[in-house]
Amino acid sequence: MDILLQQLINGVTLGAVYALVALGYTMVYGIIGLINFAHGEVVMIGAMVAFTVITSLAAHTQLPPLLILLIGLVVAAPTCMLLGYGLERLAYRPLRHAPRLTPLITAIGMSIVLQNVAMIIWGRNYINFPQMIDKTSYHIGNALITNVQVAILFLSALTMVGLMWLVYRTKLGTAMRATAQDQMVAGLMGVNINRVIAAAFVIGSALAALAGLMVGTYYEIAHYQMGFMLGLKAFTAAVLGGIGNLAGAMAGGLLLGIIEALGAGYIGDLTGGFLGSHYQDIFAFFVLITVLVFRPSGLLGERVGERA
Amino acid sequence: MKTKGNFMGIPGPAWLGVALVAAALLVLPYVAGMAGTAWVRILNFAILYVFLALGLNIVVGFAGLLDLGYIAFYAVGAYLYALLASPHFDIHWPFWAILPLGAALACVFGVLLGAPTLKLRGDYLAIVTLGFGEIIRIFLNNLNAPINVTNGAQGITLIDPLSVGEFKFSTTSTLFGLTITGPQKYYYFLVVVAVLVVILNLRLQNSRIGRAWEAIREDETAARAIGINTRNVKLLAFAMGASFGGIAGGMFSAMQGFVSPESFSLLESIMVLSMVVLGGMGHIPGVILGAVLLTFLPEVLRYGVEPAQRFLFGRSVIDPESLRMLIFGLALVLVMRFRPAGLWPSRLRKRELTTEVTP
Amino acid sequence: MQFSMKGITLGVAATIALFGCGKKEEPQQAAPAPAPQTAAPAPAAKPEMVVRIGHVAPLTGPIAHLGKDNENGARLAIEDANAQKIEIDGKIIKFELMGEDDQADPKVGTVVAQKLVDAKVAGVVGHLNSGTTIPASKIYADAGIPQISPSATNPKYTQQGFKTAFRVMANDVQQGSVDGTFLVKELGAKKIAIIDDRTAYGQGLADEVEKAAKAAGAEIVAREFTNDKATDFKAILTKIKSKRPDAIFHGGMDATGGPMLKQMKELGIKAKFMTGDGGCTPEIVKLAGDASEGIYCTQAGLPVDKLPNGQKFVEDFTKKYGQIQIYAPYSYDAAMVLIDSMKRANSADPAKYLPEVGKTSYNGVTGKIEFDEKGDVKNGAITVFTIKGGKLETVAVHGGSAPVAAAAPAAEPQKEEAKK
Repeated sequence: MDILLQQLINGVTLGAVYALVALGYTMVYGIIGLINFAHGEVVMIGAMVAFTVITSLAAHTQLPPLLILLIGLVVAAPTCMLLGYGLERLAYRPLRHAPRLTPLITAIGMSIVLQNVAMIIWGRNYINFPQMIDKTSYHIGNALITNVQVAILFLSALTMVGLMWLVYRTKLGTAMRATAQDQMVAGLMGVNINRVIAAAFVIGSALAALAGLMVGTYYEIAHYQMGFMLGLKAFTAAVLGGIGNLAGAMAGGLLLGIIEALGAGYIGDLTGGFLGSHYQDIFAFFVLITVLVFRPSGLLGERVGERA
Repeated sequence: MKTKGNFMGIPGPAWLGVALVAAALLVLPYVAGMAGTAWVRILNFAILYVFLALGLNIVVGFAGLLDLGYIAFYAVGAYLYALLASPHFDIHWPFWAILPLGAALACVFGVLLGAPTLKLRGDYLAIVTLGFGEIIRIFLNNLNAPINVTNGAQGITLIDPLSVGEFKFSTTSTLFGLTITGPQKYYYFLVVVAVLVVILNLRLQNSRIGRAWEAIREDETAARAIGINTRNVKLLAFAMGASFGGIAGGMFSAMQGFVSPESFSLLESIMVLSMVVLGGMGHIPGVILGAVLLTFLPEVLRYGVEPAQRFLFGRSVIDPESLRMLIFGLALVLVMRFRPAGLWPSRLRKRELTTEVTP
Repeated sequence: MQFSMKGITLGVAATIALFGCGKKEEPQQAAPAPAPQTAAPAPAAKPEMVVRIGHVAPLTGPIAHLGKDNENGARLAIEDANAQKIEIDGKIIKFELMGEDDQADPKVGTVVAQKLVDAKVAGVVGHLNSGTTIPASKIYADAGIPQISPSATNPKYTQQGFKTAFRVMANDVQQGSVDGTFLVKELGAKKIAIIDDRTAYGQGLADEVEKAAKAAGAEIVAREFTNDKATDFKAILTKIKSKRPDAIFHGGMDATGGPMLKQMKELGIKAKFMTGDGGCTPEIVKLAGDASEGIYCTQAGLPVDKLPNGQKFVEDFTKKYGQIQIYAPYSYDAAMVLIDSMKRANSADPAKYLPEVGKTSYNGVTGKIEFDEKGDVKNGAITVFTIKGGKLETVAVHGGSAPVAAAAPAAEPQKEEAKK
């Protein structure tokens, strides 16, 4: 039982990070139907920028660690927002009326570019992300949860509530939802389409920066290729929940994290050791395929019309 | 830069052109061989990628189904060849028996993937196929226990090269007073198969099935309404596309003499997809161009980046390896920016693009 | 702008390709054209000759940092050799390194190998991964060019029967059996959990450790897996915790070992931790911080800093390229073995000096290097280290022909509690 609880804690923390990244995918997809493959790289850039800021501040100033972390975020978030805006403005906007797969290839190209730029700037080596918070563990039964995990859960929950508020309670959010439903009509109603789309990228990138900082602080490691797998998982999560749906992205992220943890923890014993943790990644895809076979537009996805 | 000429993509009875192309294909390995045998090898990989790109083009370009796990079929073909022609199980079948078998097995896998995903559209299909590709790779990576089938991450070594009787494709020999190296022999074999594959593709595109695929791509509901059995036709697209991948995989195995799961990563699927889209989806000459170009670009950059830096700045400013991939990525972005339908799109596609109003 | 840049690149590339093809025709022994000024200040009638040595490793992709490290190791060897003004066949030899990137992709590996063969390199140091080393070895074998891998551990590499294939790194079997026995006999572990990263290296090593540990009488209570790009190990560690092992073995690199150790600490796992050469680096101390204290790990060869020339290597390398990642010393030795064989054969012609490579007996920075008939390093020493105060400390040396063995007092490992 303790083990199960521990696995759930592991899974939910991982899932919260996935969810945060998945939100970036899903917002962009919901509005312009583009899989922004470079989103994982934005997370990576966020982590790297935060790393640079935090290490130099920690080395040269006497500021309290929490403040340093906050400054790291305050610098990383605008950098990523700028990057997200630049991606949209320079790479994707000119292709808005191009065939569907064209922006996908552009996204792949941007992902390669960003990775290599990061490699030139931050080098090839694994980077030790500075540990700003002294990790302490709390007991829940016999399971352990660290303060960093608590912070991650709390912050992601807060961010998601904020995002929900933004999308459902503000004018920008209304414009976003309108654009997602029908770009042309929204445009006719006076919504500035370009601004709305750019906003989706910028907000998604800010979330990515936060996720980057979290991943860095949680695992205390960063690398110029860290974004790729994370992005892939997050994208899977977004689809699992129903891509284009904010609540779906969160649900998908958490679910994916839990599936991974429980899958690695239990399937091996259940199948007599045949399917051990080496098939960890398969469980996620297997669940995904099963869900999609029965609910072709994801768990919480709306039924997509014939002309999806 | 819109060329109006109709010499592109028109099969036409231009026999002179065909003869010229044939002659060029014939001497190419010797020309490339003068610059170094490495270029002949690159050429061979380019042809392999032409197979893959044409196979994927059937699924993505003709039928409009986005497949991000295409490399799985390549892996199936490669591993089948490796298992049936290596000391791993001590089975040594001849290649002409294994290659068709590989195609057939890949075909089965294609249907296996296609069947549960028929209902899915667009990007949902993309992620499921991506998952499928990863599942195959992970299985290959782990099927060394409890029974050692694939030898896991260590891969399978000492795979037999192609051979007909005593004539081995892997060694240098002299034919009619002409020295011909291993890679050059493979080249001629690959070119012959490639020509067959291209002809098959051209015929397929203009056949009843080809038109059915096109109808599904444009509007699935309408296609069903005019009496096309969309399920079977879609499955056929998956199966046919997969079988090309299977053949290519078998030849990859034979050429390399070694297979391991790392050759079949997601990145490879993405590369093949980039070739299809960059060249011009659904347009066979365009797809071939895309495959050749994307195989050669990184290699050309390998030879070119360092000297170019020295030429421009007098020294090596940025590590040439990082720059090489950077330029590759930029090239993808820029081509898509300025030629959104691909470098060499079909005329139909181009027309659609210029008249399209709805997003 | 971008397009014109690309145009230039392509143009230059084309010229280079043509130029390269022209140069290829010249016999390799002839004094090379590209260094007329360097030849000028040495009028002592000693002609110079350029000998190229190829080096291949992934310089892009997830393990690019290791690739660069290997390349730097070989580069340092070349520089040291050039400083010695080695004379072969009456000519002063100027060694040149041709460093190539194989992206850890077997397909690219063969293309690059062919490129080196085309360029008529005298020998090759590489590749890094077994997955690229094996397919490439066939191309080098066909061309008769000696290849010494500093880091490919897959036993199959040298079992293919190629006369040109050598390695200066202990293979998985050699290292795994030392690790497995050490866990049981020295650390007294009765219940062992094994993790591997599903790469050719990690899997191969972990399998051998499992065999050796079982043979020594231990029980394998968990066999878990991750991948080389993973950062989250909590799920498998939680499972391992429930099995209460005495020790955990990790078959993988420092990049996964570091975060794994930290997560073990967070989960309150107190079992001893051991890993192979992939995690036996100063880097793991950096990545795991305090959590690396008291772990055990092994490296092939003798402890670098215990050897007279090893000390100098570490100093020179760190001064020039910074921290050693893992395999740079092996890469250095591999290049030096090639050069040493050329000296003994008095020829840089692969056909002439290849037999000498097999007869190597060279005191390198990783110990004495001799090859067996397959090309594996003979009776390679395996050194067990522990981490104390953030530094690697020698615990014991197994095998190895060198007389210098473990001068360090074999710290009593039994009492070395992995304090958490």
